[in-house]
Amino acid sequence: MGRYVLRRLLQMVPVFLGTTFLIYALVWAVPGDPFEGKCGERDCPASYVAAMRDKFNLDDPLLVQYGKYLLGLFQGDFGVTSSGLEVSGRIAAAFPVTVKLAVVALLIEAVIGITAGVVSGLRNRGFLDSLVLVSTLFLISIPVFVTGYVVQLVFGLQLGWISPTVNSPTFGNLIVPGFVLASLSMAYVARLSRASISENRRADYVRTALAKGQPTHRVVGVHLLRNSLIPVVTFLGTDLGAFLGGAIVTEGIFNVPGVGGLVFRSILTKDGAMVTGVVTVLVLVYLLMTLLVDLLYAVLDPRIRYD
Amino acid sequence: MSRARLVPAAVAVALVATACGAADTPAASNTDAAITIFNTEPENPLVPGNTTEAGGSRVLDPMFTGLVEYRAEDAQPVNAMAESIETTDSKVFTVKIKQGWLFHDGSPVTAKSFVDSWNWTAYGPNATQGASFFSQIDGFAAVHPKDPDGRDGPQEAPAPTAETLSGLEVVDDHTFKITLSEPFAVFPVTIGYEVFAPLPEAFFKDRLAFEKHPIGNGPFKYVSRTVGSDIKLTRNDDYKGTDKPKFKDLTLKVYQSRESAYADLVANNLDFLEELPPNALAGKQYETDLGERAVQRETLNMQTIAFPFYLKPYDNVELRRAISMSINRDEISKVIFEGTRKPADGWVHPLMKGYKPGQCGEYCEYNPEKAKAALAKSGYTGEIVLLSNTDGGHTEWAEAVANSIKNTLGVEARFAPSTSFGEFRQKVNAHEMTGMYRAGWIADYPSIENWLTPLYRTGSSSNDGGYSNPAFDAKLAEADKAASEEKAIELYLEAERILAEDLPMIPLWTQNTIAGRSDRLKVANLDPFRRLDLYTVEVA
Repeated sequence: MGRYVLRRLLQMVPVFLGTTFLIYALVWAVPGDPFEGKCGERDCPASYVAAMRDKFNLDDPLLVQYGKYLLGLFQGDFGVTSSGLEVSGRIAAAFPVTVKLAVVALLIEAVIGITAGVVSGLRNRGFLDSLVLVSTLFLISIPVFVTGYVVQLVFGLQLGWISPTVNSPTFGNLIVPGFVLASLSMAYVARLSRASISENRRADYVRTALAKGQPTHRVVGVHLLRNSLIPVVTFLGTDLGAFLGGAIVTEGIFNVPGVGGLVFRSILTKDGAMVTGVVTVLVLVYLLMTLLVDLLYAVLDPRIRYD
Repeated sequence: MSRARLVPAAVAVALVATACGAADTPAASNTDAAITIFNTEPENPLVPGNTTEAGGSRVLDPMFTGLVEYRAEDAQPVNAMAESIETTDSKVFTVKIKQGWLFHDGSPVTAKSFVDSWNWTAYGPNATQGASFFSQIDGFAAVHPKDPDGRDGPQEAPAPTAETLSGLEVVDDHTFKITLSEPFAVFPVTIGYEVFAPLPEAFFKDRLAFEKHPIGNGPFKYVSRTVGSDIKLTRNDDYKGTDKPKFKDLTLKVYQSRESAYADLVANNLDFLEELPPNALAGKQYETDLGERAVQRETLNMQTIAFPFYLKPYDNVELRRAISMSINRDEISKVIFEGTRKPADGWVHPLMKGYKPGQCGEYCEYNPEKAKAALAKSGYTGEIVLLSNTDGGHTEWAEAVANSIKNTLGVEARFAPSTSFGEFRQKVNAHEMTGMYRAGWIADYPSIENWLTPLYRTGSSSNDGGYSNPAFDAKLAEADKAASEEKAIELYLEAERILAEDLPMIPLWTQNTIAGRSDRLKVANLDPFRRLDLYTVEVA
């Protein structure tokens, strides 16, 4: 187990280098002038542009620029944005918000999705099963921005039950955006667990457990669910990684000051240090999430061993 | 920079009366209220000389008061910190500032605060965005040498030979002299811009501390900032100016998108949004959503079509006339913009002092007969191309203009879209336009001069089409040297008449900006610069 984790952590090094380099190169490959719009409606003065180019090493060849960036990164220096703010400070401010939103979304997705999946999987072709199938089909077919705007318009503006945007990003305030963010994945989770449950329901070990005279809740809760959750956990794990990458659309609609909007605006203003900094953190988070998922397999299914 | 509180009393009374409906005596406004207005994340450190974009300006504008401020009603400059600005030759200006004013940290505002600030902003190695605003002051070339091969060239600008502008001289604590390199009659109008704000001693001692906690001399002072979410200001009760705000706390909230701000505005969570997003304007949705809370006024921007003089056939004046006369401005502004645009009849904005209607004459009027005749005279029969970026909602009118030209002239005319503003501007600057192109102008300072010199003078900063007419340049030079502002305006108008013959740009329309306020605000007006006029705001 320990060696496996170590090997996985070592694998992260080349992945990390490759992705950061790609991102760094791509940010600067986007057409357009990074100093356009920085000075309002006018062109920036030449001395300002020269000083900024110098500050961000823009006149060096790409590899040298990247080298300098990486060197700073290893010393814990994420650099500064063009507005003179520490990139690390911005990440530290935006990331907790996104983590909260992701956790809320994941909880909603897991609880509702798995419950719906188990209920419909156990009652194949009943009324509840059809209900779950139809409602998940409905959720899958509408894009998130439609759900977001409809929820905002109906509950926020017309009925006035919720605030149309998030005033301060607390867990309570993030429930609505979390729900919108989770809606699509929730449908997938429900369908995945339904398929998995209805397949495993006829497995030998379930029949054995039933024959032993074990109570139904124990058969379902311990034997059936535990084995059926493997594909669902994979999905949830990668989904959490995706949520942490920021939900540009949802954050934009509900004005959540998270990572998604930060990256989006930084790409538009070509703030290379910011984009690379945030995405570097995201790459690390994603790598750790997949490792965590792989380790969870062993917990769920004792047949899986990593040594 | 604060703008003087000046909306005619009658308007204010009328607004109060409608807002209060049946109530006999309007309730007194709440002078301790806190309001929240829309903002975007500032793009630069919060220093007046280094902030020329909207997100930072909205914060610094209420915090600093300059020599002159622009009145919200008509954009005219009035003395704010200046007691008087005097000149006899439009070259040397003697500025007296008011006594007893303090910065928010308690230090006095003196002539030196202005001179030091201007010197710092103009100094090349400080690399500020606002440096070019000081280029008319004597000695600018010495503190800010020109890059010999332009901003994209490999060579670096030579080191400056002086640290301060030779044209600035402190006479005593409350007097200083400005000497320009060339006479410039409208100079006093230009200095209302934020980059001309005074800076306290504290700034020069510790710039980084200042950027974290800016210290101004204006009606609002800095409280706190949560990067990425909001900036809080509060009323400066020791403020000496006449434009005292009638509420206490001002929160500038950062929004991820204008759409989300609009949702908050409709729900009364946000007090003011100075420009509604496209989804609110489409089909006049805002009338249903906001009703009486919509605020509308004509603002200082104009949409035009520019010609690349480096490209045939657009250097042909008859063709330019034919194109201009074939655009049905009235119909397009009614159909596409639902009346939020007003057809332009000249190159100077109607809100400018000295504006004369109809300067463009018949060439800016829709006239299919004359347009066809002009086209025949030009001898051109090929295709006409209109280029524009599409990310600012320009597709609809650009297509309508292309169709109007096509239907009137009977030649092939098409709209060629380009995706992003940045990419589009880059091509404009590099003279790579393959047809005529969208242009727009927002006044830097409210002077008739600002609508002519930067755009049409040979080699000017924003003359990207390469238009050049010696007669026009000579007239501008004459106007710059005029002894009085009135005389200068007269000469600038003559220069504008010269443009009518050449038609270097086609004026299309000026804009009405539509803003929105919350129920809580009894009075909230837009100023001509598309911002909330903070000094007329009254909270119920």
